[in-house]
Amino acid sequence: MIIAPFVDIGLALLVIGVAVWTSFTREAFSAVIGYVAYGLLLTLVWVRLYAVDAALTEAAVGSGMTGVLLIGAVIRLRPTQSLILREPLGLAAKLLAGLLSGAVTIAIAAVVLNLPAPPPTLAPEAAASLHTTGLGNAVTGVLLAYRAWDTFLESFVLLLALIGVWSLAQDRYWGGAPRLAGPSVASGPLTFLAQVLPPFGIVVALHILWVGADAPGGKFQAGAILAAMWIIVMTARLAAPPSINQIWLRLALIVGPAAFLLIGIAGVGLADGFLAYPEGKAKPLIIVIECFMMLSVAATLGMIVAGPPRVEALK
Amino acid sequence: MNAANLAGLCAAVLIGLGLYGLITHPHPLRKILAFNLLGSGLFLLLAVIARRGAAAGLAADPVPQALVITGIVVAFSATALAVSLVLRLFEAANDVSLRAEPPATPSEGASS
Repeated sequence: MIIAPFVDIGLALLVIGVAVWTSFTREAFSAVIGYVAYGLLLTLVWVRLYAVDAALTEAAVGSGMTGVLLIGAVIRLRPTQSLILREPLGLAAKLLAGLLSGAVTIAIAAVVLNLPAPPPTLAPEAAASLHTTGLGNAVTGVLLAYRAWDTFLESFVLLLALIGVWSLAQDRYWGGAPRLAGPSVASGPLTFLAQVLPPFGIVVALHILWVGADAPGGKFQAGAILAAMWIIVMTARLAAPPSINQIWLRLALIVGPAAFLLIGIAGVGLADGFLAYPEGKAKPLIIVIECFMMLSVAATLGMIVAGPPRVEALK
Repeated sequence: MNAANLAGLCAAVLIGLGLYGLITHPHPLRKILAFNLLGSGLFLLLAVIARRGAAAGLAADPVPQALVITGIVVAFSATALAVSLVLRLFEAANDVSLRAEPPATPSEGASS
């Protein structure tokens, strides 16, 4: 393709341009909006690098979920905007920081241009035993078969982050419900969006989960889309965020990691060891894990974005 | 210059930008934003390494790609916790300055 290099160069310049704007714009709110746009542009670079699974994750979690979180925070922190004016950094310090950052950039650029050839790769190993898992998507294979430990621990990292967020609640709100930033009364267009979008979002999420075994997609992407639908409904005030001590919520949060753990332990008796799958049963077990994990990822992401409880518990 | 090298150079610039913002911005929310910029540059670097590792009929090495997916989710978790800490600091101290307070100033009591 003749046009491809120009697309790549244009895309790179655009990504860097938005990143520069995000870094140097004065208004924190503009910076957050810039970051969301930057994340979506970066997604296109990922696609150009054939990392479609990662592109989906970046779009849904890296740009989307982080964006919602930061927009909520920037609205609450609006009174602190003047900090930039009150605490300016001296020119010498800026220069030093610029020199350091420039040196890091040059060093990494030098490494990029001098990467070993032929490049080291685990692709042949990953492809060679993929058929034993019954999966078609090598990335899902790595996530849930070869490197299942990483994914297993990661599911607990999400849960730990939520526990961390909740533990920042003020004492009197413990057991209460979070309150989202945004308009306190429902607005027409937002309500309309929150009524129309979720059915489509749920179908798209289930599709992405289901094709994740053979094509780009999986539980994190699907869970993030479900969480996004939930957040839209909560932001539009169509449904209040649940109290954090609801039993159904607690169950939804742990069902994914618990299913992963149980299937992992079953592997000790039925297969070669912890997190090993019995011969020929890998794919169905992976799909069971993915389904439960999607539910837990959605519940955890949604509650993380909703923040610590800010409404007193009903007595 | 192929797409992978170009993206690699782009990643180097993003990491530098993120590092600069992390050091120079006084506002903790902007620091978090800059840190995410730095992180996304690193993830891009991993994608470049994955793309270079294309072999055995796969367009890219799936191992770094899977690491990136894990990384993005963990980065989100850390960001969420950091943002919550900043918001809690604002609730408690009515300010988010990270400067050491001069000892003479009586500190605002925590509200909880």
